[in-house]
Amino acid sequence: MGYKTIVGLEIHVELLTKTKIFCNCVNEFGGDANTHCCPVCLGLPGAIPKLNKGALEFGIKAGLAFNCQISEWVKMDRKHYFYPDLSKGYQVSQDDNPLCRNGYVEIEVEEGLKRIGIQRIHMEEDTGKSIHTEGGDTLVDYNRAGVPLIEIVTAPDINSSEEARMFLENLRNILRYIEVSDCKMEEGSLRCDVNINVVDTETGKKTNITELKNLNSFKAVASAIEYEERRHISLLEKGENTAKETRRWNEVENKTVVMRDKGSADNYRYAVDVDVLPVVIEKEWIDEIRDSLPELPHQKKERFIKEYALPEYDAGVLTQSKELAQFYEETNKYAKDPKQVSNWVMGDVLRRLNDEEMEIEDLKFQPKDLADLLEFINAGKISNNIGKKVLREMFETGEKPEAIIKKKGLIQISDEGELEGIIEKVLDENQQSVIDYKNGKDRALGFIIGQVMKATKGKANPQLVNKMVRERIEKR
Amino acid sequence: MISKEEILQLAGMCKLKLSDEEIEIFGAMFSNVLEQVKGLDMVNTEGIKPLYFLNSANKSLREDVAGDSLDREEVLKNAPEEEYGYFKLKKVMD
Repeated sequence: MGYKTIVGLEIHVELLTKTKIFCNCVNEFGGDANTHCCPVCLGLPGAIPKLNKGALEFGIKAGLAFNCQISEWVKMDRKHYFYPDLSKGYQVSQDDNPLCRNGYVEIEVEEGLKRIGIQRIHMEEDTGKSIHTEGGDTLVDYNRAGVPLIEIVTAPDINSSEEARMFLENLRNILRYIEVSDCKMEEGSLRCDVNINVVDTETGKKTNITELKNLNSFKAVASAIEYEERRHISLLEKGENTAKETRRWNEVENKTVVMRDKGSADNYRYAVDVDVLPVVIEKEWIDEIRDSLPELPHQKKERFIKEYALPEYDAGVLTQSKELAQFYEETNKYAKDPKQVSNWVMGDVLRRLNDEEMEIEDLKFQPKDLADLLEFINAGKISNNIGKKVLREMFETGEKPEAIIKKKGLIQISDEGELEGIIEKVLDENQQSVIDYKNGKDRALGFIIGQVMKATKGKANPQLVNKMVRERIEKR
Repeated sequence: MISKEEILQLAGMCKLKLSDEEIEIFGAMFSNVLEQVKGLDMVNTEGIKPLYFLNSANKSLREDVAGDSLDREEVLKNAPEEEYGYFKLKKVMD
């Protein structure tokens, strides 16, 4: 008996325009409460909204990056409901004529590339923000009211938590590449709701769709989907069904809880907002925006494979963010071996960044510094291991590799005369190991080399030590 | 004739509580309005596309350039109550 999970996502993304969608108040996260407000975004009587060209451009840009058709004209609609963070009693959104339709984002699954359909992307205004105090009050800040949003609605093409996570990562990467949003879930500039149900593949019996809210990270999205999968399947197995309802993810208890039932379907009484004049979107403008699109993640990945002869895996990791890809390419300008640069960036640099929860922009050193460090290694001036130590120092102080190597006296000892004395002394002190090696115990050689490296604080040229130790033992 | 249930549903969406008497009054008023609007059904609209606006000129976009917002005192002028620069209301939870 098999079950198939069916997931569709609704993603709200705040656009990085300078001003709000219908007025010229600044669009900025934070800021003192109610200081970025005017009659338009407060919904005062008589105020006339005017659509922001930049917001429309960003919406079209996103549509093109997600392979959508762009509508020939735009109108806005009023979505009516009552909530204090909505001062007008309606949210200005788009109902039957969304800006973009029929696009897709590709994800890599085992069988190859899978397309996740994007049914529509529409423009709307964000609402104000409520804070609920322990004293039993609600405090409202309207700075966010009127911030431009796009809502991206996917087709129900997602079949697992892993696919949802991959889709969201690709979506976020693309939005960041085209610079229409910073997509910070923790600041609410990317918010994701999940619609999920499960079908019994033998009987075709389906559970009712559950809507999930309050998902504050991609991890929460994945965990909530997994939790709901189990809940839906266990109800199906009992011959029961899920209720049509909205549930909230509780991160602390790792479960979903009922928020409200959807028995009585929402009635938003959509109506055309005749205050916002319609806009015809000229084909030339769309072409202009299309031409201005930067290289997208999958295109950059292809280029990295061709231009730097990188394995697909490396190219995928390095193009995850525009900034990381830029750091890699910049380093390559000064370095000789693209694969070596890739190994260092993906290995020691990324690992450290992840450990410290830092972004590549937070690095204290420059791409050229990393290239210089690799040059020291490639020229045999320091060993690979010493190189890693120097990198650690660069992370902390941002000092140039040359300065660190000089200051700490890390230049590799490649002088046979200097090493000879050290090696002889180690051999004298470890005569048993010398005998063991002569009797065929190869491991003894490793021990002796280790002792020499220790005596030189890791500075000896390892290849040279290897060669010299063998020669010296032969002579004994 | 609009039903009692429909009046109650409308009232619910408007966050209004109506007495039985008021339901009667509003029911009669709504029915009257709907009856009048029904007159539009007499017009034959077959094959006619919906028209939302009379002018669909393309000059209605605003450049993305910041301007002045209101002073906070001005913003909060109509607030029922305020605290720390916020509008203060009775707790509302979804």
